[in-house]
Amino acid sequence: MGWFDKLRSKTAKSQENQLKQEIPPQKTSDLWKKCPGCGETILTKDLVRNLFLCIKCDYHMRMPVWDRVALLADDNSFVEFNQELKSADPLNFVDSKPYPQRIEEAIKKTDAFDAAMTGYVQIEGIKAILGVMNFEFMGGSMGSVVGEKLTDALERGASEKLPVVIVATSGGARMQEGILSLMQMAKTSAAVKKLNTAKVPFISILTDPTTGGVSASFASLGDFNIAEPNALICFAGPRVIEQTIRQKLPEGFQKAKFLLEHGMLDCIVHRRTLKKQVGKILHILNNGR
Amino acid sequence: MALELDFEKPIIEIEKRIKDLKAISDAGHVDLTEEIALLSSKIEPLKKEIYSNLEPWQVARLARHIDRPSTLEYVKHICGDDFVEMHGDRLFRDDPAIVGGIGVIDGRSVMIVGHQKGCDTQSNIYRNFGMPHPEGYRKALRLMRLAEQFNMPIITFIDTPGAFPGIGAEERGQSEAIAKNLAEMSAIRVPIMCFITGEGGSGGALALGVGDKVFMFEFSIYSVISAEGCAAILWNDPNKAKEAASALKFKSTDLLKAGIIDEILTEPVGGAHRDHKTAAEEIKKCILKYLPSLIAVSADNLIEERYNKFRRIGKFAGEEEQENG
Repeated sequence: MGWFDKLRSKTAKSQENQLKQEIPPQKTSDLWKKCPGCGETILTKDLVRNLFLCIKCDYHMRMPVWDRVALLADDNSFVEFNQELKSADPLNFVDSKPYPQRIEEAIKKTDAFDAAMTGYVQIEGIKAILGVMNFEFMGGSMGSVVGEKLTDALERGASEKLPVVIVATSGGARMQEGILSLMQMAKTSAAVKKLNTAKVPFISILTDPTTGGVSASFASLGDFNIAEPNALICFAGPRVIEQTIRQKLPEGFQKAKFLLEHGMLDCIVHRRTLKKQVGKILHILNNGR
Repeated sequence: MALELDFEKPIIEIEKRIKDLKAISDAGHVDLTEEIALLSSKIEPLKKEIYSNLEPWQVARLARHIDRPSTLEYVKHICGDDFVEMHGDRLFRDDPAIVGGIGVIDGRSVMIVGHQKGCDTQSNIYRNFGMPHPEGYRKALRLMRLAEQFNMPIITFIDTPGAFPGIGAEERGQSEAIAKNLAEMSAIRVPIMCFITGEGGSGGALALGVGDKVFMFEFSIYSVISAEGCAAILWNDPNKAKEAASALKFKSTDLLKAGIIDEILTEPVGGAHRDHKTAAEEIKKCILKYLPSLIAVSADNLIEERYNKFRRIGKFAGEEEQENG
């Protein structure tokens, strides 16, 4: 890991004093977005102002990564680490286009190097480590970089005794990195275990959608599992299940409420109160430590 | 032979001709010993040639071969009568797609856990084709914790298309069950040896695969997604499974190169399905070779090394230059 430590210290130096909160301009060319809940067409700039909640039906739409950080972090408190960690092409993977090309396109589209961002943060005045996944970057898929960033975040939490909050949103493991992606499930889950052993709290926030290899690893392992309303959370996607069992799935299947009823979540929290609720949980858990 | 794979046809044809000649010869009409010997001498080189040049999708078909030995067959060959199967997760039900129990290998007590496929349609329906529900993974974890309590090393056998995608599986938390196994296995304080014997299908396979040593049979596969699934998603065309199989690099040789597995176990010529006993002996030899040194490691060091083994996995841009510099 020698190179990695070098990289880490380099980025740490360049960022330590430069508190990040200036949100890069939305790189979306869509002026309008359609609400998946009620079909209403909404101006994107109105959505940004309304925390990506549908103005008409309050549906929780997917939230870009920087808006998510702004939602949870106290002003100017987020200091990113491992920002420049970038994916290699271990399999020389080519489907309809080469993997490196996909990566470059995603970087251009999202202004991020991969599908997760991690950093130090304060939430309601409590110091913590925050990880936020980025669905716009290749469907939030977990490959080496996402696995490494989240593992490092969890390990920092364990060694620095800082609670860890991870906001998950992902289609699952990144196929283009093959078996390496699968192994990130083991790596991140083992890191959660390390955090547990260090008796440091881990809050997992599952947002729409959290599926496959991410749902089947760290995201399901929170001391507190919180979901946003309407979030799709599952191991196998509804389409795969329908094809396998050849029957129609019940209404609301694999949505947040379904998971709460089946005992997989502690609570469902509205986006407007998410920060307050996370702060409250961290405060109570910290008090107990 | 219940299933003939197309690339095995030349072998099967020669085998059939030998059988026919033997029948004629045995009936006492003519002495065909020479012809039989000639044909027999062709078989081994032919097998070697065919099996050493398999395409990835052909290996996948071998890995899924219905006649491949299953966990309980390996256990029968390795432990003989010294095995007691255990059932149930103590929470919901017993999942026949994962089996486990206590046994003895060469005088040493061990816990064995593995996926269980059937050997025909009926038994495969009972075993759900080796695709576990959450209760299967929870049974596995219960057994592994028991092993920890009684200081018994754990041997796992991995052979599954994947965790079952179904309504009940989702209701009972398939994700949580897999995730929990990954987390807990990383810190279990007894040695864990994992054997991928057939299909290592994604998270459902990995959920028994976090061990100190991971071995793979030559013609087994281990992949983040099936070739068919990958083709359907990335190529938008399930018929591109052959291309996907090559792109995913899921053969044992690929995994050894990537540092995911520790060693490849040689299969009997023509594949494990042709000779269960020899295949089982190969596993037993491997257990006897590595287990003593794993047992000698202190529990603290064992789990630290296991953690690091998985912690290291990942490839990043610019890594090469940085490492050399």
